[in-house]
Amino acid sequence: MESTGIVLGFWLLSGVTVASALLVFLSRNLLHAVLALVLSFLGMAGLFVTLSADFIAVAQVLIYAGAISVLLVFAVMLTPLASRDNANSLFVLPGVLIGAAFAGIVGFVAIDVDWPELTGKAVLGRDFTTTVQGIGSALLDPYVLAFEIASVLLLSALVGAIVLVREDEPA
Amino acid sequence: MDSLHQLHHIAPAATLLVGAAVVLIADLASNRRSDVQWLALLTLVVATLMACWQVLAGLPGESALGGAVIVDVFGLYFTFLLLAVAAAVVIVSSDGLQRVEQRGEFYALLLTSTASMVLLAQAQDLILIFVALETTSIVQFVLAGIARDDRSSEAGLKYLLTGAISAAVLLYGFAFLFGLAGTTSLTGIAAFVGAGAEETRLAVILAFVLVAAGLGFKMAIVPFQAWVPDVYQGSPTPVTTFLSVASKAGGFAIVLRIFYTGLGGGDTFVSEDWAKMFAVFAAVSMTFGNVAAIQQTDAKRLLGYSSIAQAGNIAVGLAAVAGGSTLGASAVLFFLGTYAATNLGVFISVIAVSKSIGSDDIRDYAGLLRRSPGVALVLSLCLLSLTGIPPTAGFLAKVYVFNSAVRTGQDWLVWLIVVAVLNTAISAYYYLRWARIMILDEPRDTLTFRPTLTTSGLLMLAGAGVLFFGLVPTPLIEAARRAAETLV
Repeated sequence: MESTGIVLGFWLLSGVTVASALLVFLSRNLLHAVLALVLSFLGMAGLFVTLSADFIAVAQVLIYAGAISVLLVFAVMLTPLASRDNANSLFVLPGVLIGAAFAGIVGFVAIDVDWPELTGKAVLGRDFTTTVQGIGSALLDPYVLAFEIASVLLLSALVGAIVLVREDEPA
Repeated sequence: MDSLHQLHHIAPAATLLVGAAVVLIADLASNRRSDVQWLALLTLVVATLMACWQVLAGLPGESALGGAVIVDVFGLYFTFLLLAVAAAVVIVSSDGLQRVEQRGEFYALLLTSTASMVLLAQAQDLILIFVALETTSIVQFVLAGIARDDRSSEAGLKYLLTGAISAAVLLYGFAFLFGLAGTTSLTGIAAFVGAGAEETRLAVILAFVLVAAGLGFKMAIVPFQAWVPDVYQGSPTPVTTFLSVASKAGGFAIVLRIFYTGLGGGDTFVSEDWAKMFAVFAAVSMTFGNVAAIQQTDAKRLLGYSSIAQAGNIAVGLAAVAGGSTLGASAVLFFLGTYAATNLGVFISVIAVSKSIGSDDIRDYAGLLRRSPGVALVLSLCLLSLTGIPPTAGFLAKVYVFNSAVRTGQDWLVWLIVVAVLNTAISAYYYLRWARIMILDEPRDTLTFRPTLTTSGLLMLAGAGVLFFGLVPTPLIEAARRAAETLV
């Protein structure tokens, strides 16, 4: 947070992200909620830029703001039986209370705690200029197993989806 | 290339994943259901041999793949436990899966879930822990819904929704841990927590509360217990068996790993804080589970609430934290070992009965002793063990856990034990009522039945295990003690 530009950008983007996230559950119309979600994703991407995480920012725009929101819109469009409204629920009040309490606790901890400067490995890994390079070598060296298991996860999710929705063969 | 040479460190999990792929392909080629079942069983046997080889080759103690995994006695203890449970589920699935059409996929998913839990028990890095945990969870959501009738789909959906929330909570906790320590490796986090910076205390507490709450979903402890009764009741019974034994063990495994290896066990400035947190979780879980179980008439639903209560009992071991000691952790490990034998016995009995009389209602178990004496005896024995009555394994497990709490010398843990003993009394009511119905009540139907040969074999094994660990507990206690010692 060196220059005022970055600080200003940070607060602006934070405002946009949080406000549109609030819109997601305040709006009654499901499609409006999806659009607000896109805005929230974009704000998040901007926040990543202020942290100099360029690759994550681009990935956030491409995957979340692009692909996932299109998927959501299609899901809303292709399920004719589902209602297009945010459903009413008895749990609104307890939900809001728990959410507010949780936000209060996290906020208090975030302000009260004297956060340590990053040390050791986390700093040493910062001598690259573009984050793509750093992420690439991290994925293939210390995190190679997690990377491979993520593909197992995707495969089993695919198999699972087919298992659950496949039409029964006529006997 | 370095990674390839270290593959033998994850040999059991890798075998299971390869086996899952082979099962999927073989299912296309073969029309006979038993073929894929045999393949799945073969995979589990090969994976067990791999784990034995790891022991004999002296691998324990080595960490590999960029420090993401470690081969140690703790990981191997859970590897053997999980493989045994998975094998029992595969064998009993020929009786318990009438409602399921897609057997090949069932076995492939079961193997995948087992593989990721085996990895979880070995994991030493938050990222791998999270990815492996999610793989297990997503597969289990599908398994819960695999019968595709209303009940099963409802179970799958409820499991998915609770699972998604708990994953978010867990990840939030991990983010705090990473933000504090600047590394995802558990040893790195241990170094940070060990340094004991008092000004970060609140953040560490928030982080571990979130982590414990998120993992509470796997262990089935309050506050993430809401899915348990519906999912246990709605899923096909072999899946319920897997969830109640393997998934719970996996959850406790990773909690032990994070809190002992990552948060330094009993020797840090936050030890007492998380001990108290688990004490609260334990007390609330066992009380909630036992009180809710009293009114249940469906066997699987009752076992769901019983599972919450038992998770509370196991969590007493998590609360029993003392400086320089891993007694609490070894009590948890021993409890999980005996619990596996006991709960397998109960669920296999339920599967055998349900197949013959087509009902899971406890009232239909009336006079089971005269209709199928073997099943009734094993089920009664296992129910005694769940209550904690000698000479069964469950008795020793409870004594061991409570003893570990007493030995810490903390006054407030005595109160926890008082709560636990009162709860044992409550649980005796519904466990023993079930046994009484089987032994004393008049049967509604005099038709006798026998479980299949393989099911009888498994039942005998489970019953023998419950008695053996109750009479000769030393080998298992010794293994649990050694496993716990490798944690710190």
